[in-house]
Amino acid sequence: MEIKEGCFYSKEHEWVKIEGTSAKVGISDYAQHKLGDITYVDLPKTGKEVKQFEILTGIESVKAASDIYSPLTGKVIAINSALESAPELVNKSPFDEGWIAQLAITDPAETANLMDAAAYKAYLDSLEG
Amino acid sequence: MDLKNTVLHGEHTRLNALMAPFAGWNMPIHYGSIIEEAKFTRVSAAAFDISHMGEFFVTEDPARSTLDEAITNPVLKMKEKTCRYGFLLNANGTVMDDLIVYRLAPDKWMIVVNASNIERDAKAISSVLSKDTFFMDASDATVKIDLQGPKAMEVMKKIAGDGIKKLKYFTFDIFSVLGQDSVISRTGYTGELGYEIYVSRDTGLELWKKLLEDPLVKPAGLGARDILRLEAGLPLYGDELTDSVTPLDAGMEKYIDFGKEFTGREALLRHKNNIKRMLTGLQIEGRRTPRHTNKVMAGGKEAGFVTSGVFSPHLNRGIGFMYLDRELITEGAQVTIALDKGEAKGSVITPPFIKNTSIRYQEA
Repeated sequence: MEIKEGCFYSKEHEWVKIEGTSAKVGISDYAQHKLGDITYVDLPKTGKEVKQFEILTGIESVKAASDIYSPLTGKVIAINSALESAPELVNKSPFDEGWIAQLAITDPAETANLMDAAAYKAYLDSLEG
Repeated sequence: MDLKNTVLHGEHTRLNALMAPFAGWNMPIHYGSIIEEAKFTRVSAAAFDISHMGEFFVTEDPARSTLDEAITNPVLKMKEKTCRYGFLLNANGTVMDDLIVYRLAPDKWMIVVNASNIERDAKAISSVLSKDTFFMDASDATVKIDLQGPKAMEVMKKIAGDGIKKLKYFTFDIFSVLGQDSVISRTGYTGELGYEIYVSRDTGLELWKKLLEDPLVKPAGLGARDILRLEAGLPLYGDELTDSVTPLDAGMEKYIDFGKEFTGREALLRHKNNIKRMLTGLQIEGRRTPRHTNKVMAGGKEAGFVTSGVFSPHLNRGIGFMYLDRELITEGAQVTIALDKGEAKGSVITPPFIKNTSIRYQEA
């Protein structure tokens, strides 16, 4: 199970990577593994504003439809349109090619409500315990 | 309730299968990717552990047959070494199970039933059989492996000999498999060329290993099987067929022989002109998946419900079965599906969803 350093993680298994004033969001390797083959990603509209831990969008796998929560407050400035026809990129490359949306963020201090890689690893260990 | 393991359980564990409960059994759902397994089945060959299903043997004098009265299949008209799909019905005409009958000899039949129904099927069938009829539930002694896909014949030739190529669709014969005489039928649940192989517990493990040694073969789980059977337009007991519907509601009248007696016959004849909703195919516009019990809306009103659905990796869209108000069933009619999250537009389509497969391939 890959846990990428430099990302922050939510308890719902989203990751966020801050690059200056923006942040890329996706789901963790653990999450894609649990969901199974991803068949559909409901890409959010650019311009959509979302608060931390509110529903950002939805994702569907061979198993079920699930919500994706925004790890930070922000406004969608870009989406990964490759996922429209190839949602399996979320399975193949959850931290890179499988990113879902990019947000313009206003409050980096919100990362205090998230886990860093080490804390997320401990969290996964506790779930699988 | 304790889950039962098949003889192949150790192999599934070794292959890192995701196991889950199905009809009281601990079954492999996938070995890594449901979609990759479904795709592989349509280009090469996949082996499925289907040992959870039930097998009954019936022996009786065909001149005084009681099996013929127990199920819809015309067991007396069947030729030897052929298979026939049909139903075991409740007295009110609803479906207790769907099954396949094999005529082994003039006076001997094998009946293959769904895992979830083994006990009640055995009870219902034996209650109709005469005292002189021999009935045996051989489910626990039988390992069933399905080999499905366009390369299945090539693989099976190496295991059962060249004679396998003579088997036509929905026929079977006895072949020597690893030294043991075994029933192999040219049947399956994927819409592809393929075989269902019935062997003893000892031979089962050896056969599974031997099949997987072939580079043309990979294991596939119940997840891929569900996609494949839906793409092929085949119903599943518990989803499309239940104790609440008759085969007529499911549009399967062609599998009923009204020219003979069977449990539920009178009820079906009475129900014939009273059918409100019928089973039909559903295709979604786009990649969303319709799922079991989702409501189907048409013209702003509730008009039916989804019985099962999957994402079809071969059509790149959601597909499924639904019961829909009969008057609305016309090819291409628009419906809206209330999904667990959000909704999706779809339309009526007559299954199978996938055509031109290898299912009827015959070697010259």
